[in-house]
Amino acid sequence: MNQRETGTIEVKRGLAQMLKGGVIMDVTTVDMAKVAEQAGAVAVMALERVPSDIRAGGGVARMAPVSKIKEIVAGVSIPVMAKCRIGHFVEAQIEEALGVDYLDESEVLTPADEAHHIDKHEFTIPFVCGARDLGEALRRIGEGAAMIRTKGEPGTGNIVEAVRHLRMIRAQIRDLATRPAEELLVAAKELRAPLDLVEETARTERLPVVNFAAGGVAIPADAALMMQLGADGVFVGSGIFKSENPAAFARAIVLATTHYDDPDILARVSEELGTDAAMVGLERLTEEELMQIRST
Amino acid sequence: MSARPTIGVLGVQGDVSEHMAAVERAGGTARKVKRPDELTDVAGLILPGGESTTHRRLLDYEDLLSAITDRYRDGMAVFGTCAGAILLATEVLGAPTPHLSLVDITVRRNAFGRQRESFVTDLDVAGLDGGPLRAVFIRAPIIERVGPGIDVLATVDGEIVLAESDRALVAAFHPELTADDRLHKRFLEKTATAEVAR
Repeated sequence: MNQRETGTIEVKRGLAQMLKGGVIMDVTTVDMAKVAEQAGAVAVMALERVPSDIRAGGGVARMAPVSKIKEIVAGVSIPVMAKCRIGHFVEAQIEEALGVDYLDESEVLTPADEAHHIDKHEFTIPFVCGARDLGEALRRIGEGAAMIRTKGEPGTGNIVEAVRHLRMIRAQIRDLATRPAEELLVAAKELRAPLDLVEETARTERLPVVNFAAGGVAIPADAALMMQLGADGVFVGSGIFKSENPAAFARAIVLATTHYDDPDILARVSEELGTDAAMVGLERLTEEELMQIRST
Repeated sequence: MSARPTIGVLGVQGDVSEHMAAVERAGGTARKVKRPDELTDVAGLILPGGESTTHRRLLDYEDLLSAITDRYRDGMAVFGTCAGAILLATEVLGAPTPHLSLVDITVRRNAFGRQRESFVTDLDVAGLDGGPLRAVFIRAPIIERVGPGIDVLATVDGEIVLAESDRALVAAFHPELTADDRLHKRFLEKTATAEVAR
């Protein structure tokens, strides 16, 4: 009998490593999940409403209905992620019990706790969390997150915030790497992050976990931009199933993410998709409309 | 055997950089392969972990399926881990057709369960010196059957998780996620044998 250790750091961070170079797609039904799988998604993200509908519809955004999650878990062979509200560890417990493979403690949903995130070490399955800067990323990793994504500004079709967040994290890592060891304690205070994680990041010059881009990826070129900026992969929320031909759109984003450094292929997949496929991008949001400033 | 054999790592999706680092540590020169022309002159090809359905879509787009098959017939060695083993198998249970169909094994996807059942264990590997191998299984497949000429190297509770032929190595787990490079070294030795055979 082989001793099996489950829920270790290796298996939690390891699943995120297997998703690298791939696209994770938001879905609200099993039919959408099947379209995503066929198009080459590495995972699907189950949620009640896509971010642009949450913006339009208002009200409290919660985890997806149990029946929908069960259908999606049973309906595809790729990993299934699901969102839970920030601090709502019971939604997370329910989703873990349903067989979900990865949890997203997400600012896209209405936060359930304004002071505390979920103690993610307590769970067997791993968590991904959003971050706008290095301190936020390392705080989430300290709480047990096994994967990070930029917050961006979901449901807008505007990539500018995701670019800002990814560049910020990169710049802060470069800065840490130049600091002598005795300055890292002060750096940890400034970042409001655990010292051991700050030291590890300074030494390795990268986040201790996989870092995806999310929040505003609207066209294949956006996905390739984030990959060229150093993202390990891409989440696409509202873009795919708000487009006229979701299957073609999903496939184009997958190809653009793999061939992010080949402009000829990027031109080809963009042309095949046409111009009016993308969702309308929102320009300016008021502070109350921003999802990224929720629970940092 | 040349001093440092060039080993391709299929780079369309998955934990590519982990395999490339392991190849370099084991004494090879790693090359990321996304296009057919990048396969010329590699002594071996590693098919990494990731999602096999995703890999298949991307292999079809760049016509890598036939390029890999041609190079394998030419004498190239192959090493598949998890999704990579599924791509190499001649039979994938539940799937209408196999993918590359180069190694005579039958695999069952996600055979240990979902992510909450993913695990780490110490494996005894036949013919591997230096004690048990720490092995990371992530939504892992099992090898239900091996054909003639393929040897079983390790099992977990009776299920086959590592097998080899003279030019192929297939693992249900992820040797690239640990610092133990013994299986990558074993694969590099296979590329030397393959060159002699040619």
